[in-house]
Amino acid sequence: MAPVLELRGITKRFPGVLANDHINLTVEKGEIHALLGENGAGKTTLMNILYGLYHPDEGEILVNGNITAIKSPIDAIKAGIGMVHQHFMLVPVFTVTENVMLGEEFTKYGGVLDRAKAAQKVQEISDKYNLNIDPNAFIKDMPVGLQQRVEIIKLLFREANILIMDEPTAVLTPQEVIELFKIMQTLIDQGKSIIFITHKLGEVLESAKKITVIRGGKVVGSTDPKTATMNELANMMVGREVSLEVDKEIQKTGEIVLEVRDLKVLDPRGGVAVDEINFEVRAGEVLGIAGVQGNGQTELVRSLTGLLPAIDGTVLLSGQDITHSNPRQITELGTAHIPEDRQKDGLVLGLPISDNLVLNTYYLKPYSNGIWLDQKVIIETGEKLVKSFDIRTPSVFTPASSLSGGNQQKIIVAREFSRPIKLLIASQPTRGLDVGSIEYIHNRLLAKRDEGCAVLLVSTELDEVMQLSDRIAVLYRGKIISILDAKTASKEQLGLLMAGIIGETEKVSR
Amino acid sequence: MSPEKPQELKKNGLAIFWEEFSRSNFTVIFLAIFTGIFLGGVLVAATTPEVYDAFKVSFFSGIGKAFTTAINTYGALITGAIGNPQKIQAAFASGDALLIRRAINPFFESLVQTTPYIFAGLSVALGFRVGLFNIGAEGQIYIGALTGVWAGYAIPGLPPIIHIPVAMLCGALGGALWGFVPGLLKAKTGAHEVITTIMMNYIAFRLSDWLLKGPMADPNEVTPKTPWILPSAELPQLFEAPIRFHIGFFIALLVAFLVYLLLFKTTWGMELRMVGSNTNAAQYAGINVTSRTVIAMVLAGGLAGLAGANEVLGINHRLIPAFSSGYGFDSIALALLGKSHPLGVVLSALLFGFLRNGARSMQLTVGVPTDIVSILQALILAFIAAPAIIRTIYRLKTPNQNEDIVSLRSWKG
Repeated sequence: MAPVLELRGITKRFPGVLANDHINLTVEKGEIHALLGENGAGKTTLMNILYGLYHPDEGEILVNGNITAIKSPIDAIKAGIGMVHQHFMLVPVFTVTENVMLGEEFTKYGGVLDRAKAAQKVQEISDKYNLNIDPNAFIKDMPVGLQQRVEIIKLLFREANILIMDEPTAVLTPQEVIELFKIMQTLIDQGKSIIFITHKLGEVLESAKKITVIRGGKVVGSTDPKTATMNELANMMVGREVSLEVDKEIQKTGEIVLEVRDLKVLDPRGGVAVDEINFEVRAGEVLGIAGVQGNGQTELVRSLTGLLPAIDGTVLLSGQDITHSNPRQITELGTAHIPEDRQKDGLVLGLPISDNLVLNTYYLKPYSNGIWLDQKVIIETGEKLVKSFDIRTPSVFTPASSLSGGNQQKIIVAREFSRPIKLLIASQPTRGLDVGSIEYIHNRLLAKRDEGCAVLLVSTELDEVMQLSDRIAVLYRGKIISILDAKTASKEQLGLLMAGIIGETEKVSR
Repeated sequence: MSPEKPQELKKNGLAIFWEEFSRSNFTVIFLAIFTGIFLGGVLVAATTPEVYDAFKVSFFSGIGKAFTTAINTYGALITGAIGNPQKIQAAFASGDALLIRRAINPFFESLVQTTPYIFAGLSVALGFRVGLFNIGAEGQIYIGALTGVWAGYAIPGLPPIIHIPVAMLCGALGGALWGFVPGLLKAKTGAHEVITTIMMNYIAFRLSDWLLKGPMADPNEVTPKTPWILPSAELPQLFEAPIRFHIGFFIALLVAFLVYLLLFKTTWGMELRMVGSNTNAAQYAGINVTSRTVIAMVLAGGLAGLAGANEVLGINHRLIPAFSSGYGFDSIALALLGKSHPLGVVLSALLFGFLRNGARSMQLTVGVPTDIVSILQALILAFIAAPAIIRTIYRLKTPNQNEDIVSLRSWKG
């Protein structure tokens, strides 16, 4: 029998870049095929070609053995190809049924929406694949994991046979990930095929039946998850030896640098985002804040760095009250901040790299005399930092916007680490970065810790928190529900805490 | 992305040049002006009855007539803007000073028209750099003219070396006040500066009407006018009549240079540009966005105020109603055309000034209404604002970076 999907010699050129170079890929019916690669390896381009958003310069796509021209997403849907995007495309104030039928509405009496019929079909799909979705629930009331299932239903409603899932686990708790893998298994049992795009090696080994690794626009290898190891896959992805394990020396911690007492912060809509939390970070230790996205991490970090006013509580930096200080005062006291969204907060994308490297020090000597900027010093500093932090750029005059995510993040790291600091607040420091950049930033971060800097690491990547932290605080609905020693904490235990389930032991220990 | 660049090796020099050329903003600007002029020509031909008569004779004579009509119109526009070369030559040959001045007057008159455009264009451009849409330049010009003219006639006994700067400064302060109000409203209440500056325009227009009829009216005149400014406040003219060219043009160039220094060489400028291109990052970097917004509006208002003061101190020497005739609104287009860069503003102010001056004599000599210049400006601006049109027409490559220097945070809320 012909494979359900076959890509033959797909080549896509962009000016100056060969994004896909004669890529061959075969997906059999009923398999989970993992597509693994760093950012910029060409995964997204390939999937956009498959989904009809780009047209290949060469090569052909075969669906069920027939050459199929996919010129637009409509063609892709017709050919039975559907995509679950990383960012969900759902209308929060609509019900599940309304979201699913959007664009393919059932009607009766020549134009009136037939919600009942659509709801029935949604229910059927939900039952068939064990999705456990109420067709009449509103999206806004559902947790992220269920919203993702609605996205899957949308594809099944349109009779997709090949499901492309783009980084589906990025927004899920560990428990939800397990649920998702179960659903994926059900889907393939029922004869669907899945292309699973990810950069998380553990998940690939756990779920996929076949792995294809892409690097630099080329297929560099296919392996069987039964025999492959994480290190092999990582080396294949990056093209050199990568160490996945972070070597962390045991270190004696020093005095308290950051002390947070009963801090309460509201989100922009007035809800309580950070609810009377307490913790402290000592010199030479990494305190990791684990938690599913949207549990108050953003507001906590913004409040600590002076960007969002606290309504109650105190924040002490080396004993000095900074609860109501502004960002500049906090920076000047020796705080570095790697913001959660580097493009929104951390960089001025239109400005050259040299300016971005002095974004919060430009007014100080030697970069300026108070009035006039000293461009010469700024450029020299820029060139020095570009070299020492290995920022890949044609020149320091290049606008930050034209660099890759990893290099943009290196600008921020270079800027924040190159001045004397005693506290580092790093929020999602490796979000969206490739394995090579992650390794680099992790090492830099631990180097700061070893220098005696207090590090507050906020991340939704549980693996990252576990690898880097000395202690782990779990944030759930604005409260720290537990602080664990990283050496003894298990992934399962943390996963349950992240979902808000406090076991008996923790309750007692509090 | 993969580092391989196989197809670039095959390219010859010309193709690489075309690619570079295609991607730069200047190409789009140049082609936008060119396309605007071309379509303007089509419009002139299409509104001339003789062209239709010629089409009745034959298709080719119609095309020929359309072509000559457009050429004649633009010919008149150009000679109106820079002078007639034959006349200039004849005047220099005759050696008569008055004849020479008359012959070269169109060129200098264009520079006279350019001067307020430079000031007002800088005002709007500075706003754009900080992410603010200053629609209020026209009102700020009026207030600048009012305060400037007041300082010109009401402060006696000063030598020109002091009186001129004082009067100009008064103009700037008046405009600055008119910018300060919307700036403060935006910073304190979030009121959108597009709305508030438009409102401030109307207040300025009516305020000047009232002042010209009442407190500032010249008692010896029947119609509403202010008294003449004192000779000590007049911006010196560099030639005798009829050339009105005065030192205001050089002041404008100097101010453009100062704005350039401010924006690109000082810490203040860095802060303003940061606020303009990414408010969040500016906050992150510890900048007080609110105060920078107010400062930017004050500076923008001050620059527009200088445009007003320049007009009354350099040209009119008194203030009459409706004197500005749209410099402030044109300058929005002009700042966009100049990509909000002081040098770009000076260049596009020259273009606008020459067009405006040329249009008058075009109307006199070939009977095409001056409105054609407004249409030209509108076409050029439309093409600048929607570069996709130009890129499609000329099959240009899409740019490799963000081409919008102007990011209007105010539009996003």
